[in-house]
Amino acid sequence: MNATTGNVIGIRFMRLGLLALAAGMLFGVIGGFQFLFPEFLQELLFTKTRPLHVSLVIAWIFLAAIGGIYFYLPRRCDLSLSWPSAATLHYWVFLVTGLVILACYVGGRFGGREYLEYPAVLSIPIFLSWIIFGLNYFRTVQKSREPWPVYFWMWGTGIVFFLITFTEAYLWLIPFFRDSMVREIIVQWKSYGALTGSWNMLVYGTAIFVASRISENPGVARSKLAYSLYFLGLFNLMFGWAHHTYLVPSATWIRTFAYAVSMTELLILGKILWDWRASLEEYQVHRYCNAYRFLFAADMWIFVNLILALIISVPAFNLVTHGTHITVAHAMGSTIGINTMILLASVFYVIREELPKSVHAGCSRYVAIGYRTTNISLAVFFAALVVAGLGKGFYDGESFQEMMQSIRPALLVFAVSGIALMVGLWVVIWHAFRLLGLVLSPEPVVGQASLQRDSA
Amino acid sequence: MCAAFAVYSAVVYTSGTETPHLEPISEPARAGQQVFQEYNCIACHQFYGLGGYMGPDLTNVISKRGPIYARAFIASGSARMPNFKLSEPEISALIEYLTFVDGTGSYPPENYQVNWYGTVVQEDDPQ
Ligand code: HEC
Repeated sequence: MNATTGNVIGIRFMRLGLLALAAGMLFGVIGGFQFLFPEFLQELLFTKTRPLHVSLVIAWIFLAAIGGIYFYLPRRCDLSLSWPSAATLHYWVFLVTGLVILACYVGGRFGGREYLEYPAVLSIPIFLSWIIFGLNYFRTVQKSREPWPVYFWMWGTGIVFFLITFTEAYLWLIPFFRDSMVREIIVQWKSYGALTGSWNMLVYGTAIFVASRISENPGVARSKLAYSLYFLGLFNLMFGWAHHTYLVPSATWIRTFAYAVSMTELLILGKILWDWRASLEEYQVHRYCNAYRFLFAADMWIFVNLILALIISVPAFNLVTHGTHITVAHAMGSTIGINTMILLASVFYVIREELPKSVHAGCSRYVAIGYRTTNISLAVFFAALVVAGLGKGFYDGESFQEMMQSIRPALLVFAVSGIALMVGLWVVIWHAFRLLGLVLSPEPVVGQASLQRDSA
Repeated sequence: MCAAFAVYSAVVYTSGTETPHLEPISEPARAGQQVFQEYNCIACHQFYGLGGYMGPDLTNVISKRGPIYARAFIASGSARMPNFKLSEPEISALIEYLTFVDGTGSYPPENYQVNWYGTVVQEDDPQ
């Protein structure tokens, strides 16, 4: 096994993730149109397009984040993977399980749980692959002689909490949980809340890593502030999930407590506002760097999403927004606006570091066009969902069809902007995929610090 | 913080979600839940507002529209809802399940009170 297997596998994870994102967007667009025209593409019912979309984009988030970790540890942190072949095994388990899951969806075999819509047995290989990943990760970072920067803690926390919450998501298989609808549904959403929290740990850790490297200021990842924000995030991951279930009849304290916990995120909002000027100045300095640009977009989306999240975490407002498209706006804003932008920043950071400028700068114009199209259409998409959600939330009649008719214009804008969003992302994905391919290429690109050459 | 999380989770699993006034799910309803999951009804429908938004929330469809109406819908579909060509036992099991869900509470909540600091207390909440 050569010393760079870890590097190569990291890039493979990222490229697979980009493919998953490209396909996931397509199913999202199809699903969006099925919302408006239920007879559209009857061969591929919404029961299939929805999980295909959701699973593929979540796969993108995990693949890109994991790929980054496998790449950065040996290549940028001087910590060669303690178990390189396990990383390859991880990749294949992920790929094969993923393909089986997609086949199940297409063939109409469902486990039928929200988000985890594949047959439950397929969670076993997923779980095992995370154990392997976790062991490899902790054995590798253990070798670090310095105190861990905050992103090491965040990545580790993300892995551990993935395992905890993924297990929790299957507690319904035990009669004690599924006997009671209230218990089943509360535990299910408690786990989902923290599951998203766990991937946010992986992704935000990546954001801090990339930001500290671009600004060439490692202090960013070791400051008191960074650790405080990490603890705040962890606190919210553990205790702030219940806005999903405010309206499920459970003990009142659960929601009051979660409400109070969620409001601690006001501190993050305050920090963003406080740093506003400095962020803009920094943007001026780095705006020609693709990676930086995507990070900047993520910052904007964090701001917008945090405001929405704070609003829907107030139970009185949640009464209106729950079960409406505002929830979808929140989910899309965070998975596309925040997670995807950060992970694309990570991908372009790898490209910038691994390929000569003459190669990666050549397509900057196209990436910039894709970047703008993505962000502008995402803004329209997001706004359309909020409008549709308000329409549904304030509708007080009895007819579902009448309500759907009244929000149809907003859903039309949502579906059309979804196409623009997909096309914008496809442009970015195509260039990212191709350039990452060059990083892997056995033929060194002129001036390239080729991985293959290093391994010779 | 991890210890606090463990204790908190244990309390949520037990007393936080205790519903002594409700019967546990029956075998026929459990079979209906299985059918509901096999056909991935949650992609389009919700319980307590949780699920996909293509179709209506089904938490109280039995008490609001009646089992006959629900049965007809499930058996034949509509212009917007697919007909899954379910067997008679599958449909009956689904009705059992929807009836069970209906008994667990009401959604959207009907009798509730909003406190000045933004929390909501519902009539259905176990005390
Ligand atoms: C592709 C999306 C979709 C799927 C999947 C789906 N439904 Fe529906 N369902 C709808 C829509 C849309 C309506 C409202 C249709 C209308 O008013 O014409 C509906 C209506 C209903 C109703 C009547 C509700 C009311 O308040 O009027 C019931 C009951 C129902 N569905 C049960 C089910 C069950 C059980 C399943 C799974 C076997 C299922 N549905 C799967 C889309 C779907």
